[in-house]
Amino acid sequence: MGLRRVNVDVPLMIAAVALSAFGLAMVFSAGQTEVRTAATNAYRAQTVWLIAGVILAYAVSRASVRLIEWMAVPIYAFSILLLVLVLIPGLGSGAGTASSVHGWLTIGGKRLGQPSEFAKLAVVLMLARVLAQNRSPAKSMVELWKPILVVAVPFLLIFKQPDLGTDIVFVGIFFAMLFWSGVHWQLLVLLASPVVSLILGFDPKVWGAWFVVLIALVVWYKPFFSEGVFIVGANVVTGILGPLIWDHVKPYQQNRLLVFLDPSVDPRGSGYHVIQSQVAIGSGGWLGRGYLEGPQKRLAFLPEQYTDFIFAVVGEELGFIGVALALMLFLFLFLRVIRVAERANDSFGSLVAFGLLASWFTHVLENVGMTLNLMPITGIPLPFFSYGGSFMLSCWIAIGVLIRVSGEGRGKTGQLLV
Amino acid sequence: MSFHPNDVIRRGRVATVIVCGTLVFLLSAFFRTQIIRNDLYMLQSQGNRLRQVPLPAARGVIFDRKGQPIADNVIGYSVALFPQSEDTLRATLTRLRATIELTNKQFESAITRFRRDRSRPTVIIPDASFDVISVLEEHRLDFPTLIIQSAPKRIYPAGKAVGAFVGYTAEISDNELSNFEGYKPGQQIGKQGLEKQYESVLRGKEGIQYVEVDAKNRPVGRSTPINDLKPEAAPPLQTNIDLDLQTYIHSLFGDSITGGVVAMDPKTGGVLALYSAPAVDYNRWVGGVSNAYYDSLKADPRQPMYNKAVQGTYPPGSTWKVATAIVGLENNVVNFKDHMPEACRGFYYYGNRPWKCWEKRGHGSLDLGNAIEKSCDVFFYQLGLKLQLTRLVAGGVGLGFLGKTGIDLPEERKPSFPDKVPEYFNAKFPRGWTQGSIAVNMSIGQGENAQTVLNMARFYSAVAMDGLSRRPQIARIADTTQATRLYTLPPDQLKMIRDALAGVVSTGGTAAGAQIQGLQLAGKTGTAQSGNFKDGKELNHAWFVGFAPANDPKIVVAIVLDNVSFHGSVTARMATAIMARYLHSVVVSKVETEG
Repeated sequence: MGLRRVNVDVPLMIAAVALSAFGLAMVFSAGQTEVRTAATNAYRAQTVWLIAGVILAYAVSRASVRLIEWMAVPIYAFSILLLVLVLIPGLGSGAGTASSVHGWLTIGGKRLGQPSEFAKLAVVLMLARVLAQNRSPAKSMVELWKPILVVAVPFLLIFKQPDLGTDIVFVGIFFAMLFWSGVHWQLLVLLASPVVSLILGFDPKVWGAWFVVLIALVVWYKPFFSEGVFIVGANVVTGILGPLIWDHVKPYQQNRLLVFLDPSVDPRGSGYHVIQSQVAIGSGGWLGRGYLEGPQKRLAFLPEQYTDFIFAVVGEELGFIGVALALMLFLFLFLRVIRVAERANDSFGSLVAFGLLASWFTHVLENVGMTLNLMPITGIPLPFFSYGGSFMLSCWIAIGVLIRVSGEGRGKTGQLLV
Repeated sequence: MSFHPNDVIRRGRVATVIVCGTLVFLLSAFFRTQIIRNDLYMLQSQGNRLRQVPLPAARGVIFDRKGQPIADNVIGYSVALFPQSEDTLRATLTRLRATIELTNKQFESAITRFRRDRSRPTVIIPDASFDVISVLEEHRLDFPTLIIQSAPKRIYPAGKAVGAFVGYTAEISDNELSNFEGYKPGQQIGKQGLEKQYESVLRGKEGIQYVEVDAKNRPVGRSTPINDLKPEAAPPLQTNIDLDLQTYIHSLFGDSITGGVVAMDPKTGGVLALYSAPAVDYNRWVGGVSNAYYDSLKADPRQPMYNKAVQGTYPPGSTWKVATAIVGLENNVVNFKDHMPEACRGFYYYGNRPWKCWEKRGHGSLDLGNAIEKSCDVFFYQLGLKLQLTRLVAGGVGLGFLGKTGIDLPEERKPSFPDKVPEYFNAKFPRGWTQGSIAVNMSIGQGENAQTVLNMARFYSAVAMDGLSRRPQIARIADTTQATRLYTLPPDQLKMIRDALAGVVSTGGTAAGAQIQGLQLAGKTGTAQSGNFKDGKELNHAWFVGFAPANDPKIVVAIVLDNVSFHGSVTARMATAIMARYLHSVVVSKVETEG
């Protein structure tokens, strides 16, 4: 095979490179502390991962969308296999000293990677394949059994690790891709309604109002009778029983449940983390305390400052301007990916692009929101910023896929010989 | 799937609105935090900070087999400061010196600790006496940033008696900090022995108290939204050690003798006692050893810090003849009633030189059983030659003389033994060597063979159990350790090996003086030349390895006495005393449980 002309989505590339460079600079800064921490030399490994990621992205962009679609099933099956392996004692690390770290595939004491990061990619590909096969969008829940199954299997495996943050991303991907495939928003709301009831159930008045809205929605959308009854029933159960049960368990049991859902979070220590993160960000002001100079970071007051809380370092050192720049770069990337999804040649490519968007969007919303205490603390990384090999690789593989989808799509953007 | 262009563009618009809306929402939240409330957070960042005061957790108590504590915790006090900068720390320390005694070392290490971690209080005195504390409490108002805490301190009630295996704890070093996950500067960590081996088990969970300090780092009160983390003590560690036996062994040694002892239960692999003389009191190492004590240990020619039971390797001498015999039986080169071609006349002539037997008068013609009993060198020289070096070495490797025993102590040293013939010897003697003389030498446990006391204990456990070898284990994590079969011999031969070893400790054997009434012992003496001289006489490594009762072994004891002027027969008396002590107490405890 000789060289072929492939349209490279230059703005997309620029966004990804700019975000990665920004992120690498922050990982380096996170390591500059008064006390030596695990972060001190993290930037070196991160640089290696970034280079490997770019190379992988190039390789992936050489594969046609057709080939990717064909590969979706084996990739999905392989990633499920990896998720099962992680749960086998001896292969998944978690026991022993590093009990806070979960979801690592470990062979002979060497940590190979976190399969859950690649599972996100695999689920996007598989969902796109399944949804693209439907001729018309699903109108009832029964028709959705296939996509539900595709997400439910990895969802439950990761729930078993357990890793709540990653599961939230799966939910985001699932709803976003159903929406993009043309499922009516009313059906999506009905699908999500039991969870909404579970949360709103703690305030009877709000839950009452929600229930009226729900009934109206059911009457309007007219699902199958059995499905309507099921949804209303599920809402009653989660809305009334959920808070009742929660109130009847003792605080330490509530804590235990929270820790079970995400052991990387110490419910007693997390208050401290959020306060330190907010103080760091809040003290940043317009221009920040200066790159490498953030006092909260330097004194290692910030928890996980090179992984989950890296955005707090951005806030402290580069101020509101730096935060705005980072968020604008993400916005630019997202809008560009939406454009790729709109102009894709076929429904599979379009769904893949939108699924990848949903994955990144959920990460950014949850991770950035967490640093300001707007979102619950779950151990979820910030794309292109947080230190971590598996995630960096999977992000750049996604860029490779997007470049390919974009290149095969309609509308000529920049043309380059690759 | 509906992908009509109009639908796609409509959905794309919805997505754009959601994405833009969310990011605008996030950005406005940052604007509120960073711009509108900047003053508030700036103030918090500069002056008022939450400080974490670590609450050390008690380490797991180490118990012996009867529930007596080997390592325990007592309440100690630590004195710490919350300095703002290195200068204020120096100033405060200088002022403190006027009130209490502070050595230069304490002064400097306080500065180092501060440099390592400023977010935690800087410890000045990790282990302060009650007198110091009461003086400081009187002057509390003069030192507002002072923090006095109770901190559990490690203590080893049996002191010197348990120094050979229990180890000690001390402040984590920079090197360890970068190698272990989840540790912070200033924390205590197991440095040696069981404390190091079972660090992850023995270590408790440190608690944290959140203290709010003002701009001058004076604690101003407790911050409300944070719940303190209570320290959690680690669960106890049960061991196979018999503390009574261990202290008894310590009393036998006194101050003058150097050597190592290992006592094992051959049925379980449990280590009953492990001792090294001269003994070290690791109570004086907890939290940091004083220079004076360390130098005195270092200067002692008997090397107290060198563990004679698991680190020291000694030529096993005649105790190894049992191994030669087993390899011979395994290879069908010899049988129990077989005599060697040449009777013992006090020496054996091989390779143009005479090889002496330890009995100058000679033993006459012996069979294998008698040769073990009388420890006749001439018999084993000829057995070694019959076996030839390759089979002798391979047999020794098979019996486990090349590797570590795998005991749960980080200090264990590998014995030295040839791994392969002829590669090992080619490398060792590049100028040439002869197979025969090396085989002759090795057949009586001399030459290229140096074993730890522990490995000899393991080997004799296997002999006591007719070939079934168990990994020695101090901690009682399971009732027994995994067994491997070292050799398989017909039942009559197994019985004869044990009978011969019993013969050693009965009238006519080399350790006849070590007999005890009512107890059938079995074992083997050994006397190896040390190469060290005193008053013109060469000193010995005097061995005894054996088990009792001979017909139903309950204890195996291996002893080496280092650089002594006497022979293995003296060591044997010590070993029988140890066995009798243990077996006597075992019987007593049995009566108690029945009653």
